Amino acid sequence: MKLQRVLALTKKEMKKTVREPAVLFMIFLFPVVFVFAFGASFGGVGGEQPVYNIGIVNMDQATSVNASQILLTTLSDTEILNVQVYADNQTAQNDLSQGRVQGVMIIPSDFSQSFASYQTAPNDPSMWTNATIALYLDKGSLVATQAIPPIIQQILIAITGQGQQVASNPFRLETASLVEVEAPSALDFIAPGMFTFASIFLIMMVAQSFAQDRENGMMKRIRITPTTPTEFMTSQVLSYMVIALVQATLVFIMVYLMGFRPNVGMPVYAFAFILVLVFSLSNVGFGLITATIAKSSGAATGLSFLFVLPQLFLGTFVGASLSSAAQVAGKFVPSYYVTDALTSLFLRGASVTSPAVLLDLAAVSVSCVAILAIGIILYGKYYKI
Amino acid sequence: MTELAVVIESLVKKFEDVTAVDGISLQVSKGELFGLLGPNGAGKTTIINVLCGLIKPTNGSAKVGGYDVQKETAKVKELIGVCPQETAIYPYLTGVENVELFGNLHAMNKATLKKRCDMLLENMGLAGDAKRRAEKYSGGMKRRLSLVLALIHDPKIAFLDEPTVAMDPQSRHAVWDFIKELKKEDKTTILTTHYMEEAEELCDRVGIIDHGKLIALGAPEDLISKNKVKNLEEVFIKLTGRKIREEI
Repeated sequence: MKLQRVLALTKKEMKKTVREPAVLFMIFLFPVVFVFAFGASFGGVGGEQPVYNIGIVNMDQATSVNASQILLTTLSDTEILNVQVYADNQTAQNDLSQGRVQGVMIIPSDFSQSFASYQTAPNDPSMWTNATIALYLDKGSLVATQAIPPIIQQILIAITGQGQQVASNPFRLETASLVEVEAPSALDFIAPGMFTFASIFLIMMVAQSFAQDRENGMMKRIRITPTTPTEFMTSQVLSYMVIALVQATLVFIMVYLMGFRPNVGMPVYAFAFILVLVFSLSNVGFGLITATIAKSSGAATGLSFLFVLPQLFLGTFVGASLSSAAQVAGKFVPSYYVTDALTSLFLRGASVTSPAVLLDLAAVSVSCVAILAIGIILYGKYYKI
Repeated sequence: MTELAVVIESLVKKFEDVTAVDGISLQVSKGELFGLLGPNGAGKTTIINVLCGLIKPTNGSAKVGGYDVQKETAKVKELIGVCPQETAIYPYLTGVENVELFGNLHAMNKATLKKRCDMLLENMGLAGDAKRRAEKYSGGMKRRLSLVLALIHDPKIAFLDEPTVAMDPQSRHAVWDFIKELKKEDKTTILTTHYMEEAEELCDRVGIIDHGKLIALGAPEDLISKNKVKNLEEVFIKLTGRKIREEI
């Protein structure tokens, strides 16, 4: 094998990546923009807690105890909620429909009466006056529908279950188990998957590149030179590994800027990059399989999604929110093991030598080498290299 | 005895039910400029592809530089330079980058590569545009660059498949001059073309192919006098009953 040929072809591939705007966007800009958009949407820039705007319509007719005022004070003191009091339900509902608030809570007229009945006989439910609090939520916000009800529920439990103690000490609300202020942000959960995600689109790039070189006669032209198939494939794999490394670095910089700060040392980062490099082999393999099936570069773009989507949905951050069946299916795609290993390292605090991480590395290595081998064999069989 | 550069014996190539090359035998001597003439689809490119080792013949054999194209393909690839019919260059590389890439694929040393690169780009009239990306080149410039890629490693045997097709007259004459230079350097060249005037201008001998068969073989002037016509175009008409470009 002549290194001169391998390096010349690798250099050529790098120039293509930098000089072709479509390739440059797909490989580098798309993951960076995606990480920024996703991180800003779900992670909270700088690792801050999200704040939900909630409208309150207070219909309470307070008697001896102004319970609604206690509730309002408690809600306002919660950093995760931004409370806005409305004079009437209509205005509040209008703002909800416009997305100005993510929820509207109606405190009923008998709220204080109900609260007083509870205080009189906290251990005798038959003596309580039941009050119903209506809560309207922004149906367009998945986060709001899932996050706001348990927060309100916990606050109601706090002001009743723990009584005056809570109302008179707002700091307990901030740090109590009511709201998980210490919990990782959504960005922390999705960051490991983002490392995996970026590299997946190499499948499309490899497929397009091979199909295009075949279409414009370059593959044939290289075959006429003394370049061996081994030299050619080595240059391709090397090129895409370098690209994967650059992608992972860019994604890491982006998630770091967005607030992802895992408490891990350099060996873990080094291990993470090695995992991404090994994972890139499978993407080259899937790209070659796609290029074998596709008759043109246009077809290669479309067909590449046969491999991109399962890797994306079953093996990255998207998979975490899918059904249990889909999560089981994820175990058949290499990206699952990369994300799992990175999650163990970054979020669960596992060491690089822990059995779970090593098992993931073994699964990634075996599957990726096998997929690459299948890709090379199939492409070589039908098109020659 | 004349040294043979290319020997083709009873070559047959079938693509499913289509016979592209039908039992062709011919020999090309070292230093000879040989023309393969015929209309599109006659089988010229198929013969070149077999000689390069790109496709296997259905029957028959071919030797290039004394090496069997099927069994000793690696040796053949070291001897040949091929300018394919399609303009195959990397558009995102500059002219000089394209040339250097192919020089490196032929494992040329840096100094020789630089020298040949400068010389060929100059001869082909591309020196001034060498640092522009090939995608910005005109059609004629791309074809000339494609020819430079084929010859950068100074091959002993050159296969030029329709090198002047769709070229402007100025580019065509530049390529003709360049091909004549190859002849002076004692290189063996097989040139495919359907331009009869090109073959008359350049070739020592020509083989006229039609429907995969070799229908005439000899020096252009011999074929013209033997058939008692004015040019090779008329030779083709006399032998086939139709004009060569009717099928283009």
